[in-house]
Amino acid sequence: MTEVLLDIRGITKRFGAVTASDAVSLTLRRGEIHALIGPNGAGKTTLIGQIAGSLRPDAGSVWLDGRDVTALDPAARARAGLARTFQISSLAMEMTVVQNAVLGALGARGRVMRFFRDVMRDPALRAVAREALERVGLLEVAAQRVADLSHGQRRQLEVAVALTQAPKVFLMDEPMAGLGAEGSAQMTRLLDGLRQHAPILLVEHDMDAVFALADRVSVLVYGRVIASGAPEEIRRDARVREAYLGDEVLP
Amino acid sequence: MSLILFIEQMLNGVQFGVMLFLMAAGLTLIFGVMGLINLAHGSLYMVGAFAASWAAGLTGSFLLGLIAALTAAAAAGALIEVAVIRRLYARGHLDQVLATFALILILSEGTRWVFGSLPLFLEIPPYLSGPVRLPGGIQYPLYRLAIIVAGVMVAAGLFALIARTRIGIQIRAGEADREMIGALGVNIAALYTVVFALGAALAGLAGALIGAIQSVQVGMGEPVLILAFVVIVIGGIGSIKGALVGALLVGLTDTMGRFLLPVAFAQVMAPAAATAVGSALASMAIYILMALVLIFRPRGLYGVA
Amino acid sequence: MGWPEMRAERLLNACVLLALLAVPLWAWAVDEPFTITLATRLAILALAGVGLNLALGLGGLVSLGHAVFFGIGGYAMGVLASHAQSYTPLILWPVVIEGTKSMPVIWLVAMGASGLAALAIGALSLRTSGVYFIMITLAFGQMFYYFAISWPAYGGEDGLSIYVRNGFPGLNTLDPIQFFALCYALLGLALWVFARIMRSAFGLALGAARQNAARVEAVGIAPYRLRLVAFVLSGMITGLAGALFADLNRFVSPVMFSWQTSGEIIVFVILGGVARLFGPVVGAAVFVLLEHFLGGLSEFWHIWLGAVLLGVVLFARGGIIGLIAGREVRRD
Repeated sequence: MTEVLLDIRGITKRFGAVTASDAVSLTLRRGEIHALIGPNGAGKTTLIGQIAGSLRPDAGSVWLDGRDVTALDPAARARAGLARTFQISSLAMEMTVVQNAVLGALGARGRVMRFFRDVMRDPALRAVAREALERVGLLEVAAQRVADLSHGQRRQLEVAVALTQAPKVFLMDEPMAGLGAEGSAQMTRLLDGLRQHAPILLVEHDMDAVFALADRVSVLVYGRVIASGAPEEIRRDARVREAYLGDEVLP
Repeated sequence: MSLILFIEQMLNGVQFGVMLFLMAAGLTLIFGVMGLINLAHGSLYMVGAFAASWAAGLTGSFLLGLIAALTAAAAAGALIEVAVIRRLYARGHLDQVLATFALILILSEGTRWVFGSLPLFLEIPPYLSGPVRLPGGIQYPLYRLAIIVAGVMVAAGLFALIARTRIGIQIRAGEADREMIGALGVNIAALYTVVFALGAALAGLAGALIGAIQSVQVGMGEPVLILAFVVIVIGGIGSIKGALVGALLVGLTDTMGRFLLPVAFAQVMAPAAATAVGSALASMAIYILMALVLIFRPRGLYGVA
Repeated sequence: MGWPEMRAERLLNACVLLALLAVPLWAWAVDEPFTITLATRLAILALAGVGLNLALGLGGLVSLGHAVFFGIGGYAMGVLASHAQSYTPLILWPVVIEGTKSMPVIWLVAMGASGLAALAIGALSLRTSGVYFIMITLAFGQMFYYFAISWPAYGGEDGLSIYVRNGFPGLNTLDPIQFFALCYALLGLALWVFARIMRSAFGLALGAARQNAARVEAVGIAPYRLRLVAFVLSGMITGLAGALFADLNRFVSPVMFSWQTSGEIIVFVILGGVARLFGPVVGAAVFVLLEHFLGGLSEFWHIWLGAVLLGVVLFARGGIIGLIAGREVRRD
């Protein structure tokens, strides 16, 4: 049996009368991309919040590489090996591309409370940052301010920063958001190669990308996982078609 | 310590709280609707006090003084809003702090220029002076009682204004969703000016009422402003109800702290030392209260998380 | 934009540093002690601003209560020196602690005490953010102000006078130019430390937390700790400035704790240009010069200070250095 690196066990979260997550269980195994899809309002954002640590579940637990991280805050979960990307690019906008990448490497290395050495001249951090930027194809713009980047480049930088963290697990919130066809194709190729580094829990609206990448797909509707399985099974699943896809024909 | 003295001090605390509410209500309203932190709110308090003592001195009528205070503070508020404040809504809090700090400098020194550095006085009118006999044989200054009554009436009026009237609905809509009220066709610029002037008028009224018990001088507004900040930090920013509860808490804590702490310390140490330690601690009491609220409710008692 | 502006800013910084040295040296040569004192005041206020700039500029923490640290620094000097000049020990139990007239000891005490105060105030205030943070720091400042007024042991409202300036080994601190040299050296040291911190791992993370706290959390760094450390360092530097300021005037009073003092320290940072290395120096220079020249012209010079400040906030958002040198970007 393949090793489970991220194990979400029966997470439940209520806001008043609304149950945003209803006993959700998911696993992420080494080497795979597990896509999480669902219509708007299905509770994906709430679920991501609970996995990343910005929201505390009412019940259930989150396990990262065999360790219960339910009580940890986002920073501690990141140190435990969870790297996330945001649906809306969340970067230090006034800093340069390479500074953002070095920040990621610094977070992963620790020893942040260093006050005198020039962090941008730290060879180890720079090497990690360069490698990640090269991987996503941003090395040429390394010295540019993030504010001056295009939207697509910012999406790539999100992934690069996650890469610098050398995580055990990636949690990606709509990495294709706002990308054109070419951008999506490029991002799809990039993510395809990343699963060797660490498995990806991929929350995505872009169905082409989902079915091109995912080893497994889970469908979230009204806070509940209504189906989970290989892409082919999901494509054929009647409940999924009814609840989520309507009459839309799947690719 | 007699019970009568205790009740008298409680009433003083309530009176102080009511005054703080008039200041804090405007601040919290302005923050809730426009998202603006206004350090110059204390200057409007000062404007009210100066206008009242000037008009009352000229006409001999305390009531005309109050009207002058309301008018002058509201007018100054509207003018400031149109000239400076409305350029700050889209800015960060730092810019708002600095620009309104600059306004304090300008208003304070401008007032000193016009009225000089000597404090002015505002006479309590004869029909409000002297003590009044309360049930239980308590003698209490009529004027302070009048302040409490006036403050409670203003508070009730404010709650009614926000709950019942058209402008109140717009204010609540503005707190909930700024874009929404624009989409509904409300003239946002005018609404903001009105809200700011309303807050200014409340501050001006507070300044005028207090002007008759303390001296009217430049710089009188800022200590009150900072207390009003403590009030809304405790009550929760944006909440009028929080401002009321916070104001009463702060008013009572401060007054009773100054009254009780020296007495309490006198039980365990020499009188002179007890007075020193007691009054030093009393001066910190409300800030300790604020710190406690922050530890348990970082967003204040009625603040939204 | 980019390199040329950065070079312009460095050139400007060098000019400022040189001018701040040249003017008092010239005044010394032509025997104008008042000008030296003015330059000393400038250097000390700039030092207070450098302290605040660490929290405000790098950390984005709009503290309206930095007078607390300025005042604690001042009172550290006042209390220690008053006990030394009256030959009464500060504490008798559990150990006897005597007062002192030695600047280095006073500085250490000033920095230690203001650092502790910053730790306590920061730990509470940093639980909140935005407007709450501004109001709470302002309120804590007021708390210290009233405490200083109502605590009679050290002068209460009247403050404390120290008859002879404290000493520094090997220097005659009563000589204005020597005391200036001391303050100038400390300002230079603080600027050097600030420049190092700006480029350090801590500075990178702190700056990123200012721009996007969620990003910093997502890479595994807790913004709260960064900000608390920044706040403490910031308070310590401002506390050191307070001790020097007290020594300059040989007098401390609760005014050092007042909200106006907090406001003025912010004004130094903003007039010059927030988060600029030399912002507080340029800002303090403008402030001291305005105070000196406008104060000579009109009793009401604060009106003009207010007008200048309003103009800078509304129309020149990069401060004075921003007007001259443009936007700063580090490119690595």
